[in-house]
Amino acid sequence: MKPLDGYLVVDFSQFLSGPSAGLRLADLGARVIKIERPETGDICRHLYTSNVIMNGESSVFHAINRNKESYVADLKKEADKERLWKLIKKADIVMHNYRPGVMERLGFDYESVKAVNPNVIYGEISGYGNAGPWKDKPGQDLLLQSLTGLTWLTGNAGGPVPMGLSIIDMLAGTHLAQGILASLVRKSIKGEGALVQVSMLESAYDLQFEAVTTYYYDGKLPERSEKNNAHAYLGAPYGIYQTANGYIALAMGSIPQLGQLLKCDALLPYTDVGSAFHLRDEIKSILAAHLLTGTTESWLAVLQPADIWCAEVLSWDTLQEQEGFKALDMIQEVTMQDGYRYRTTRCPIRIDGELMTSPKGSPALGQDNAAILHELNTTG
Amino acid sequence: MVKPLEGLLVLEFSQFMAGPTAGLRLADLGARVIKIERPVKGEAGRQIAIRNIFIDGDSLVFHTINRNKESYAADLKNPEDLERVKKLIAQADVVTHNFRPGVMEKIGLDYASVQAINPKVIYGVVTGYGSTGPWASRPGQDLLIQSLSGLTYLSDTNNAGPVPFGLAVADIMCGAHFVQGILAALIKRGKTQKSVLVEVSLLESVLDLQFEFLTTHLNDGGQLPPRSSVKGSGHAYLSAPYGIYKTADNYLALAMGKLHEIGKITGADISAYSTIASWFENRDEIMTLLAEQLATKTTAEWLAVFEPKDIWCSEVLTYAQSLHHEAFETMGIQQQVILPDGSSLSTTRCPIRIDHTRLYSTVPAPRPGVHTDSIDEQFNLTEA
Repeated sequence: MKPLDGYLVVDFSQFLSGPSAGLRLADLGARVIKIERPETGDICRHLYTSNVIMNGESSVFHAINRNKESYVADLKKEADKERLWKLIKKADIVMHNYRPGVMERLGFDYESVKAVNPNVIYGEISGYGNAGPWKDKPGQDLLLQSLTGLTWLTGNAGGPVPMGLSIIDMLAGTHLAQGILASLVRKSIKGEGALVQVSMLESAYDLQFEAVTTYYYDGKLPERSEKNNAHAYLGAPYGIYQTANGYIALAMGSIPQLGQLLKCDALLPYTDVGSAFHLRDEIKSILAAHLLTGTTESWLAVLQPADIWCAEVLSWDTLQEQEGFKALDMIQEVTMQDGYRYRTTRCPIRIDGELMTSPKGSPALGQDNAAILHELNTTG
Repeated sequence: MVKPLEGLLVLEFSQFMAGPTAGLRLADLGARVIKIERPVKGEAGRQIAIRNIFIDGDSLVFHTINRNKESYAADLKNPEDLERVKKLIAQADVVTHNFRPGVMEKIGLDYASVQAINPKVIYGVVTGYGSTGPWASRPGQDLLIQSLSGLTYLSDTNNAGPVPFGLAVADIMCGAHFVQGILAALIKRGKTQKSVLVEVSLLESVLDLQFEFLTTHLNDGGQLPPRSSVKGSGHAYLSAPYGIYKTADNYLALAMGKLHEIGKITGADISAYSTIASWFENRDEIMTLLAEQLATKTTAEWLAVFEPKDIWCSEVLTYAQSLHHEAFETMGIQQQVILPDGSSLSTTRCPIRIDHTRLYSTVPAPRPGVHTDSIDEQFNLTEA
């Protein structure tokens, strides 16, 4: 059995943050019903990335919404709302990621839901919290990265560099799932429901908790290295370096020891441990020039036996050829109701040695309306 | 409010970052978290510093990750110490560790042995690459995992080579997934009254982080991420204008949508790009045209015209600006931890609010073994 077998999630959320939380709950065993507006549904269905279309909809929608059901309802129509309330009464979890105030206007806010379902766990994700000068700003990943200082950590010294995926959305969804699961633990002991609130703003700072704590301590902004930057707060050699035939990642190791192993005499004088940080640009440029003179394999062959933390740098195509990747069994195939099949990743958590996979693909818009209505009518 | 995990006891054998960040979250959610550490030196993460900052003998990073926990000193190779630890395990709800495969077996605290001591235990394991396969014994370090996972080809420009995310994102995601797994296991235990094994790895977590684009890659004929060549571009898979642009005095972030309106407002002639598909295919040309215009006015001037038109944009702030911003202060994200000498340390709080309550704690990271005696006494560990 899966941990959340038997739990029902009614999910009003769209795009990535909320639906990624719904996906995790689904993979852990819950039944997740997406509530979608007529005709368009979750806007993510048509939010294409690199113009890739799968079975008429965006690839990211299929990634985020597999293993769920779709129920279409017009939240402005009384008849639709009434039916939805029947569903909400049965739900263990209700969640959304509308901007503050929207659910109140629609009538499905926490207080209203709690009135008919007193032990419900109600989860919500906002962009910037429910108060303050930014509360009505769009909760969009790049804007959150830009507003929270995150863009000054990646890439080499110079202008701001965003992290190249929607990291704040992902993290806010992860935190919402944590809060919901923690509340389910409490509910299983004490019977009471909960309101769980997260925001992309809080999640963005949680992601940066080390750097922010450091800033509070020394008041200094992050300083990325001029070249080969991998972490604004770490000294040489921490970074990725070009070699004669690719790249190598070097995580740590004393500079003179690296000098000896790599036969790079110019590194030998850096015996002072502090210099690895204070003189990192200088050291990194020596290392970078030297590592260009040999292949990735030749460097790994010297460094790995000496227990220096290093690795080759792979892209997705080369990664998938590796035995180490294959051993993870990370890719699964899922099938939509119309028979369309696609490959995607699975849940990253193993429970009792089992992979939390599911063959169920993403739902076509409203595909489960008839079955859900039938269920509601027959079970009252 | 009763915190959701109040009454639960977590024993943390985990070191460094992924496991201990999970312990921190469980602690903030109400669990009692006891670090089991080697005597005197404590866990290895105490000596891992960023910017070489140490406080009271431990790195600032350690303080950040291990606040709100207790520390119990035990030499797991000493039979008496091990016996006491086993007595503690018998009373615990959760045990976590991130030793490389084989280490806990040698000590005699592997899952099967711990299950025998406590048949209702949640046993959580963090690895770098899973516990089988040829990579199982490789060092599970964040930068290496990023490098192996393909993540380094998503940020910055296509001529920048591989660019890692500038923080320990694999550790952080894995720690977050670990929390999810442990909580799900507690729910499962509630139904079965039996122990549960939870396993996560840094590599699986950082692949999960890329799930949208891996799914795209697996279904588009295996194309690699198409990063833009324009500096400031924000996302390999998204169309213009998505990215950060230089203005006359600073920077401006522009997210998706309303490209033609942005063209009109800025005076950039992008009329040639009429189809939505062209916004992706001709991304570099469009971004270059926009960049030329955006450089002519200040960030504030652009925000004043963009925001009223509901164009998704923002200024680009540093910590010096954002951490003092009213929006940040309203959310009460900063909290104080009180150190044993009475001084305080500022850090961030748990990002989850429960029942309208923000979860704060002033409890600092413990010195190694500082709670050993009180835990011995409370849990009757020294009695024969």
